[in-house]
Amino acid sequence: MTERLDQIFVLLKHWLLGYLPESWQTPVGVIISVVCIIGLYPALFAITTVLERKGVGRIQNRLGPNRVGPYGILQPMADGIKSLTKEDIVPTSADAVVHFLAPIILVVTVFMGFAVLPMGRNMVLVDMDAGLLFYFAMGASTELSVFMAGWSSRNKYSLLGAMRAVAQMISYEVALLLSSVVIVMMTGSLSLVKIVEAQNHYSYGLPHWFIFTPWGFAGFIMYAIAGTAETNRSPFDLPEGESELVAGYHTEYSGFKFALFFLGEYVAMFSISGLGSTLFLGGWMAPFAALQFIPSWIWFFGKLFVSMAVFIWVRGTLPRLRQDQLMNFAWKFVLPMCLLNLFVAALWRFMGDGWLRWVVCSAILILAYVNIGREGMRRKNFGPRSYRYAE
Amino acid sequence: MLGDGILKGLAETAKNFAGSFVSKERMTTVEYPEERLPLPEAARNFPFLVYDGNDWEKGLRCVACQICEKECPPKCIYIEKSKDKKPDYVGKPQIYPAKFDIDISVCMSCQICVEVCPFEAIKMNTEFELATDDRFGGLLLDRKQLALSNEYYHQIHPTEASEVDARLAEEKAKVEAKAKAVAEAAAAKAAAGAPAAPVAAKPAASVEAKPVPANKAAEVAKAPAMATAPAEPKPVPGTGTDGAAPITAEDKKNAETPAKTNEGEAKAQGEPKE
Repeated sequence: MTERLDQIFVLLKHWLLGYLPESWQTPVGVIISVVCIIGLYPALFAITTVLERKGVGRIQNRLGPNRVGPYGILQPMADGIKSLTKEDIVPTSADAVVHFLAPIILVVTVFMGFAVLPMGRNMVLVDMDAGLLFYFAMGASTELSVFMAGWSSRNKYSLLGAMRAVAQMISYEVALLLSSVVIVMMTGSLSLVKIVEAQNHYSYGLPHWFIFTPWGFAGFIMYAIAGTAETNRSPFDLPEGESELVAGYHTEYSGFKFALFFLGEYVAMFSISGLGSTLFLGGWMAPFAALQFIPSWIWFFGKLFVSMAVFIWVRGTLPRLRQDQLMNFAWKFVLPMCLLNLFVAALWRFMGDGWLRWVVCSAILILAYVNIGREGMRRKNFGPRSYRYAE
Repeated sequence: MLGDGILKGLAETAKNFAGSFVSKERMTTVEYPEERLPLPEAARNFPFLVYDGNDWEKGLRCVACQICEKECPPKCIYIEKSKDKKPDYVGKPQIYPAKFDIDISVCMSCQICVEVCPFEAIKMNTEFELATDDRFGGLLLDRKQLALSNEYYHQIHPTEASEVDARLAEEKAKVEAKAKAVAEAAAAKAAAGAPAAPVAAKPAASVEAKPVPANKAAEVAKAPAMATAPAEPKPVPGTGTDGAAPITAEDKKNAETPAKTNEGEAKAQGEPKE
């Protein structure tokens, strides 16, 4: 029974495919999975927007939306209808083709990332050997769409936003990759299914998730920071800073194209959270051996929602960084820590079992954290600013 | 250490998040159309005309003296006098406004009309939901729309209204006492000297004229008395601590005004006769 419930979606798909001739089964199976993914994540996006607005509202001691439907849960419907019925404006001097393509490319590449994410036991669209590589390749192409949007709008705010976005995303892409490389080093595989399997054993009822190791914990923190920056989330939301750039690269978008950008951003958050839980939090695994009877997909989506809640919490807490702070943080703190983490992971691998590697690895990481944090992030006094021309 | 500020901030927002579900002090939102805060007693928006009794047309205190029309800085009041007269609260026949319009799109809520009115006939309303889809007709209020009962006045400005009622009652008592004295004197005179026929005729006329308004006056006097009763207890329902400070300010102002109002009244009572 537990087994049946765990595999319910897989069984359902096979049951449906059973009615088809054999030659059709593979392509139709893929289409069914793709449609499920494409239907599911926008639905989650709709739920998340209203939860986010209510959550941030509560953080600021407000009520949040509560007018549409009971407790405001139908708010996303109203938003959707609004953005569908709004006029779609393309600026006269904009590059119409690129302007049109940018949101589509964003959404497509963001959804492509889900192809390799295992969302439950046996629930993965493509079990690719180079799944992680594929994921990062797709993740990196969102930068292209952001820059297309900013460039084609022919608006200086859009362009500035796009420039910021590209600078930020490239800087943090490095950290994102390096923080995930430790996982590849330990599991010896780029396949996300294998990575989850590598964490799939328990001792004393507790799981062997990678976050419960010194290098895994440090890697997770760096991954979370880089992932937040990669999805342009607060406090790294400089590319669309409402207060200084109107809305950054999507200033000139209206109606449904704007909604697509919004959707792309949130789906990218889901995807980054999903990858993060796959890499560090055991993917679809239960947190305790005793809870394994609960279906794997519930654990995966539970972890997804918890990380979304953290995203929302952080958004409600931290103010936006300045551009130079952002860059300093990326290159002077996150990157050195990630590089050091590679070394620590290697050390862990070759020190063998025992308590000594825990002490050594933790000590190296903590010392580095304290020192890099103190030295690299110290406020430097450059003296009074001098203006050469503006006086 | 790097990051402890972030943790502190996260703890603070988490406290806010959880606290907003349990603490009424944190959640200060008033969901306006359904819930609303009681307006402070000193709140004011646009003027309205006070009437006594139940019939707004009969009980209107306004005597169309047009002082407010003349004083109004943005000139938003328009008054037309009536041809006939009707008795006012003391029973004296007075003309009344055949037309009394206030254009609230012009009115600037300065309350000068209220301050100059010798008859306590125009007061400030607190009603603020005046949105309309007709910006000309919808914002031009005629006397029917403007007329609101004394009870309503007691509801929105309890302290001020009781003071006004007390002042009017005093005024009326004085007039009645005077009339009584005059009548008594006349009666005494009539009793003393029968030959003074033309003199006797005059008081007789005034005595004759008295009973009808006296009835009316009693009726009018009852209404304020009734209206004053609920306003007696000091902590007025519907007025929270917000109202406290404005009330005292109002009190002070009212304490100054009676003398002025009496003067004005004396002047004004002369005026309609011209």
